[in-house]
Amino acid sequence: MAKPAMRPAPVRPVPKSPTGIQGLDEITGGGLPRGRPTLVCGGPGCGKTILAMEFLINGARQFDEPGVFLSFEESIDDLTANFASLGLDPRPLSARKKLSLDYVRVEPNEIQETGGYDLDGLFIRLEHAINSIRAKRVVLDTIETLFSGLTDTHVLRAELRRLFNWLRTKGVTAIVTGERGESGMTRHGLEEYITDCVILLDHRVVDQNATRRLRVVKYRGSTHGANESPFFIDESGLSVLPIASLGLQHRVSPARLSTGVPDLDEMLGSKGYFRGSSILVSGSAGTGKTSLAGYFTEAACRRRESALYFAFEESAAQIVRNLRSIGLDLEPLLRKGLLQVHAARPTTSGLEGHLNAMHRLIEEKKPRVVVVDPISNLISVGTSIEVKAMLARLIDFMKVKETTALFTSLTMDDGHPEGSDLGISSFMDTWLVLRNIEMNGERTRTLDVVKSRGMPHSNQVREFVLTREGLKLLEVMRHEGRVLIGSQRAAHASDGPVAPRRSRKRAPPR
Amino acid sequence: MSAKSARRAGKPRKIKATPAFFDLRLYIAGQTARSLAALANLQRICDEHLAGRYRLEVIDLLERPQLARGDQIFALPTLVRKLPVPIRKLVGDLSDTERALVGLDLRPRSSGRS
Repeated sequence: MAKPAMRPAPVRPVPKSPTGIQGLDEITGGGLPRGRPTLVCGGPGCGKTILAMEFLINGARQFDEPGVFLSFEESIDDLTANFASLGLDPRPLSARKKLSLDYVRVEPNEIQETGGYDLDGLFIRLEHAINSIRAKRVVLDTIETLFSGLTDTHVLRAELRRLFNWLRTKGVTAIVTGERGESGMTRHGLEEYITDCVILLDHRVVDQNATRRLRVVKYRGSTHGANESPFFIDESGLSVLPIASLGLQHRVSPARLSTGVPDLDEMLGSKGYFRGSSILVSGSAGTGKTSLAGYFTEAACRRRESALYFAFEESAAQIVRNLRSIGLDLEPLLRKGLLQVHAARPTTSGLEGHLNAMHRLIEEKKPRVVVVDPISNLISVGTSIEVKAMLARLIDFMKVKETTALFTSLTMDDGHPEGSDLGISSFMDTWLVLRNIEMNGERTRTLDVVKSRGMPHSNQVREFVLTREGLKLLEVMRHEGRVLIGSQRAAHASDGPVAPRRSRKRAPPR
Repeated sequence: MSAKSARRAGKPRKIKATPAFFDLRLYIAGQTARSLAALANLQRICDEHLAGRYRLEVIDLLERPQLARGDQIFALPTLVRKLPVPIRKLVGDLSDTERALVGLDLRPRSSGRS
């Protein structure tokens, strides 16, 4: 699971154990410090236990590193049931001796202290578990529970210090969880003893949206992303979305691909979009954004490339029906599985949730072409500027995968699309603006290429029409120094310099 | 029944008058000074308070680490009173006799623990 390093390697790189948790290995530059304990702290319900369990399960499943989970809070049955519901059922791994679960029950009412003691019992238990499955990873969740059962904090602190040192000598990579404290990072100051790596989890509510954040507070001997990163817990476990960009280190492709509209290809240096580029199609309502997206999708499928269509306004059936009216039939493509439509209301979850779902789907389906229609709906449910950063990340992510992405964006003001592009146009390589021009009692659609990085492109504002045969850009027609559009064009068709190009016939989609 | 009478005869010192049978397990790790102290202290308490009505098993976890799980042992030494119920756990070398007696319910609890 080698991930591209975010920065040049530090002078003396610390060996790392990958967590296998999406995004976390990226922030930490490869995982947790190998052979050392890491403190994961946060308030109740912040996801500590899930992070820890996923670390163990991924270790056993993907990295052949068996693990011991020592729970101080939940019984084995409860743990098993909770994690099975997250697709992290520990039972098969336990059966194969890749995982050992033990519940250390601390019952204050049963315990009476009668003199000097130490935590050798815990050491022996842990060592026995480690040795019996040759564990390389250990989780202690949450060891501070001991403080509720034992009152001699001097002894406990000394013993915990000894325990963490002992874990280091055993060479196991450990996660020690701790409950967020009032004054310090943990209630009993575990951060004093575990200084190799500290990860803080947070669960807060902003504008009625529950958001989870992860931050690497400290990572001795290693660079790490210091920002807070959103993370999610869903049916496939935990995943972190680093806000930091991937660093613009992706390969760029000189390959081009058709827009699906021959006339538009021509405007873009006669070849169309760059593969792996991001395209923004903005315009007000009814300017034909979805139609352009439809042609793009259909052209991709015609090249036998898989396409993933995120629809945030219409259902799949609606899109198919509507595009049929302009000569596009997506139905067979859907049936063949070349095209997949993922339709959802933007309000069903926060923007972060949507971006996360998109990440996952793209990772899973590996489409060559992605359409997000429209991205503006999504942004409206976002909460802050970090949303933009996350979007940038999604775009970077697709670029790394050489996935060509087309985003439509609904703009409010026809006159100034630049002002209402939500600040995302700078991420885009090609920006098409669609307008409705009202003149002489009729509305005419126009298209122009605001920018298209790395290729010569037309600077003309072209009129286009949506017909049953498809989308056509009409040749520019001038009369007495003016550009004629709409019915003026028809009126002057006889004496105009250039006749509108007639049907460049599209082969019917099959 | 015989235990009852034995107790009456043996100890005039009256506490709760339940002369139950005590099933005890002492968990230790090796023959450390603390282990030996715990054993000696326990022996003394048993002789004085439980003569004839107790059973003691000493478990050295260095030899049988798998047994730590069953009785939920994490601190050592730990004395577990399996009988009479409810289960009690006495953590430490039993040098604090008062607390040990309270923990075994051989002395009434005063104001909470500690």
